[in-house]
Amino acid sequence: MEQKALVCIGCPLGCRLEVTIENSEVLHVTGQSCKKGWAYAFKEYTNPTRILTTTVVVENGYPEVASVKTEKDIPKNKLFECIKELKEVSLTAPVHINDIVITNVANTGVNVIATTNCEALDTK
Amino acid sequence: MQEFDLVIIGGGPAGLGAAVAASEQGIKNILILERENKLGGILNQCIHNGFGLQLFKEELTGPEYAQRFIKMIESKEIRYKTNTMVIDLNRDKLLTAVSKADGIFTIQAKAIILAMGCRERPRGALNIPGTRCSGIFTAGTAQKFVNIKGMMPGKNIVILGSGDIGLIMARRMTLEGAHVNAVVELMPYSAGLTRNIVQCLDDYDIPLMLSHTVTNIVGKDRLEGVFIAPVDENRKPILEMEKFIPCDTLLLSVGLLPENELSKKASVKLSPLTSGAEVDEGRETNIDGIFACGNVLHVHDLVDHVTEESYIAGKAAAKFLKGLRKRSYVIDVIASEGIRYAVPKYINPVNIEKDLELSFRVKDICKDHYVSVYFDNARVTHHKKKILTPGEMQTVKITSEMLSTHSHCRAISIRVEKE
Repeated sequence: MEQKALVCIGCPLGCRLEVTIENSEVLHVTGQSCKKGWAYAFKEYTNPTRILTTTVVVENGYPEVASVKTEKDIPKNKLFECIKELKEVSLTAPVHINDIVITNVANTGVNVIATTNCEALDTK
Repeated sequence: MQEFDLVIIGGGPAGLGAAVAASEQGIKNILILERENKLGGILNQCIHNGFGLQLFKEELTGPEYAQRFIKMIESKEIRYKTNTMVIDLNRDKLLTAVSKADGIFTIQAKAIILAMGCRERPRGALNIPGTRCSGIFTAGTAQKFVNIKGMMPGKNIVILGSGDIGLIMARRMTLEGAHVNAVVELMPYSAGLTRNIVQCLDDYDIPLMLSHTVTNIVGKDRLEGVFIAPVDENRKPILEMEKFIPCDTLLLSVGLLPENELSKKASVKLSPLTSGAEVDEGRETNIDGIFACGNVLHVHDLVDHVTEESYIAGKAAAKFLKGLRKRSYVIDVIASEGIRYAVPKYINPVNIEKDLELSFRVKDICKDHYVSVYFDNARVTHHKKKILTPGEMQTVKITSEMLSTHSHCRAISIRVEKE
């Protein structure tokens, strides 16, 4: 039996979790204030995931880049691959919140969506 | 001269929340003044997620959180002016503002809510020796460059200070291809949220060097590197252990200060502990009809808390405008043993409808200590906390029953106790 200390990142409370692991399986989690703690500990031990937030270039828009995020959490080891794919993308203004920027990013099955509105620049 | 019932200075989360709350209480003639070219304040450059978990039970990014409120502002038809900077304010609630569209103009308000937010402490506040080369930015400036302008301020980074913005920027710069050598923190603990240490530093193997500081800055035109050294228990650098880290960029995340220049002009009394106004339970300052909320009042960790506070100020301003707010005998709120500060500074029990929350920060990290609330000398609440850190704001609840039971109380004090 192995004890592992984790900090839950489910919310800003940052609960300090004690995870008991036996035969590579999560047996027991203590220290959480809500049900997210157990799910986080389980995922963190088996397949850690994160939501990725970054920016992509917007042609002729204000601001010059649009903030984007993965719609759901993606495996941690795919973060840099996603960033690489998003570097190739350029959007055309206007961009609206929830516009799909890229589908199935890095083969994760998850879409990347815009999190801000970018207006088209007045070209006159 | 234009006249408004309520003028809100600042269109960030505090200003937007206060406007929504006042409008919901039936105040119609509201104006928000914002110096940037869009509403939302610093949320617009905080593209990371984690906002709104308490308020919306959803994990939003900064711009998404701002957009929720901008939508409410628009649907309530609350007026606002962007690209407009307030340059003067007096205690009679007469303000002077300037914008490209309108030039210099004055507005007479019946009530004002100060929601100007805070500013980052710059290099000049730290007295680090060294040259005046380029490549030194506050973390928030770097954040604006990267997230709004799409520009990278450098490639090889050292971050001084482990406040949340510094931690967030360590991750952001790494994702954008920069190398972050270390986050250097003077104190033996981080000022940021623990979750940010996990997901911004640990995830990317960025070292957090506690009890260390930058002792020298080297570079002719551009930064070439910094010297860092561990510090002793008096936070004095141990220079024999100094070492050099080559880097082209130093980011500073060394604290935030409420931006109260306008408040001072209006003779608003400021607290030396928070650098924000001294306010009562409705976040009203010593000047009748001038309220303050959000980071201009005290620096918050979470925008959700800023919004909660802005609702309190917005509702109280509405009551003031309707002539329903009372000033009576006040109870002082005292930050006693182990507590750095508490907000509000005093309360008028007559204005308390139900319960109220006092926000406070502890001075040092304490494990397995109790937070107690005393009404004069009587201990009324006493709760055990596994861990209390200065980086995480705490609250205690004061109920109207407690206030009526202790109706002649002069002071409520909050203390950290061993048992």
